Amino acid sequence: MRIDEKFKQLKAKKEGALIAYICAGDPAPQATKEYVTALVRGGADIIELGLPFSDPIADGPTIQAGIQRALDSGMTPDIYFRTISSLKLHIPLVVMTYYNLIFKRGLEKFAKDCAASGISGIIVPDLPPEESDELRRVCKENEIDLIYLVAPTTTEERMNRILAEGTGFIYLVARLGVTGARSDVAGSTRELIKRVKTTTPKAVGFGISNGKQAAEIIRAGADGVIVGSAFVDIIAKGEDVAAKLEALARELKDGVKGRQ
Amino acid sequence: MTLKLEPKFGKYGGQFVPEVLMPALVELTEYYEKYKDDAVFNDELDHYLRDFAGRPSPLYYAKRLSREYGVKIYLKREDLVHGGAHKLNNTLGQGLLAKYMGKKRIIAETGAGQHGTACAMAGAAFDIKTEVYMGARDTVRQRMNVYRMELMGTKVIPVKSGSETLKDAINEAMRDWVANVETTHYMIGSVVGPHPFPTVVRDFQSVIGKEVRTQILEKEGRFPDSIVACTGGGSNAMGIFHPFIEEDVDLFAVEAGGSGMKTTEKEALHSATLSTGEDGILHGMRTKVLQNKYGQILESSSIAAGLDYAGVGPELAYLADIGRLRTCNSMDNEALLAFHDLCRFEGIIPALESSHAVAYVKKAAASGELGDIVVINISGRGDKDLETVMGMRK
Repeated sequence: MRIDEKFKQLKAKKEGALIAYICAGDPAPQATKEYVTALVRGGADIIELGLPFSDPIADGPTIQAGIQRALDSGMTPDIYFRTISSLKLHIPLVVMTYYNLIFKRGLEKFAKDCAASGISGIIVPDLPPEESDELRRVCKENEIDLIYLVAPTTTEERMNRILAEGTGFIYLVARLGVTGARSDVAGSTRELIKRVKTTTPKAVGFGISNGKQAAEIIRAGADGVIVGSAFVDIIAKGEDVAAKLEALARELKDGVKGRQ
Repeated sequence: MTLKLEPKFGKYGGQFVPEVLMPALVELTEYYEKYKDDAVFNDELDHYLRDFAGRPSPLYYAKRLSREYGVKIYLKREDLVHGGAHKLNNTLGQGLLAKYMGKKRIIAETGAGQHGTACAMAGAAFDIKTEVYMGARDTVRQRMNVYRMELMGTKVIPVKSGSETLKDAINEAMRDWVANVETTHYMIGSVVGPHPFPTVVRDFQSVIGKEVRTQILEKEGRFPDSIVACTGGGSNAMGIFHPFIEEDVDLFAVEAGGSGMKTTEKEALHSATLSTGEDGILHGMRTKVLQNKYGQILESSSIAAGLDYAGVGPELAYLADIGRLRTCNSMDNEALLAFHDLCRFEGIIPALESSHAVAYVKKAAASGELGDIVVINISGRGDKDLETVMGMRK
């Protein structure tokens, strides 16, 4: 399913989107299907599935540890695409990975593998628009969205360029720093949501961990929230994982529906 | 009129970083373009290089070693620079730039602690708060360097992620920079990372090669036939090579062959990135990288911590591709033998890093490929390596 269709559906229902991240292969390749299913049952609208890279510079300690568990479990790009093909999701799935894995596989092949396995979008946190002409071209050819990030430090000039080029949704980095759960919603987040003027859906990530925050972000004008570390934390603890993932997804989805 | 910097060296270089950092790289580029040829900035830098660092460093004719190896050898004595290595050239330059930029804090990564120590010196000299990320394993192996940094007021932060070595310290320093980019300057320690770092560090290190130009003309009335430098990230190599790129001088980048030129799915027994690495993206740059078939970065290996890196400066990758420099390597044991040669024949205890360059001259001199006159960059002194060397003798 295309990302923009999903956002249209949600808009018609006046709901915000819950985009849920976990890392494929954390803690074992066969766990991924069960966990993704739990997130979908809990109400996730889009799944962002990490493809683990050895040197994840944009990620904080929680997700780094998840990535390490995934690598230790033997997750590779080949297994990743096979896993996704077997998921048969009826909601959009986006891959989050670092550029070297895409570069090494070959941009063309990576995009084709994405399309063939049912992936709708790609997020590459270490690939700014200046370096992404080639990937954008192959994504377009394969009808995959290349999702860009904007940050509180992004200047107006760069913002305009990113908004002009990004498709699917725009990933708003809520605050300076790496990924990781925090308890509050920063003033800079509200400001950034206001600054991003576009018809492309806006989803806010970095630091969101509960339904109350999710509701606040939607009220501040975002179209969706992206939650990763809070889910990865549940996997790290390893107790009753699927049920807890589902429960947290439900709490967050209630938040983005505005029921909190 | 300031000259715009080129962000790429052929296909290498560029800026592969999180969006949060892009404005900081633009800011750094603008400040650097503004000050690189500024008279006031350069006068101040020259003052620190001369009176604080002790430059110029001598170019020394190594008579006994020349006789032993069968080629006329000059040693560029970066081991005599304050702190015991060439690293201070860069940290004084970047430290001064950070001061001109009004940054309140400096962060850096360090492997063995040489760059961290040089950062601590610059931080103290310029009165800027300095924090250094260092792999937890390295903080144990190099605890004297940790203490040196602390004596100069620098906070050393042990990094417990990944392999707990240099690569992970760089990752962690970049994460810190992402969170504190508005107040903090990231003082990268080699000609690596996103643009403009490879250019900035190369320029600050080029003082080495500029001095060699003058010194060798005084002594020989001509340029050397070849220049040999060890190469990890490549800052001492680019520093001595760069002023000779346009000259008829052969340039040899000597990488660490470690304990063997083999790799597995997760690690390489060497750090020979230029000669065996493949095109990839690491630490914000496109360059040659030691990686597996999926693009996961390998753990590299070398007896010399300063060469132990899975990437290499993008300009070196470019120069190697176009054939302007020769890539070669010395194994751990060859470097050790050369280390002892320099100690015994010249009374100079070189860093194990620099010993790789000496070792290559020892191997290659007989073939004639180095010509008649060779300059070796002795990038640092070996006091830091004595425990390692003592351990190997047992």
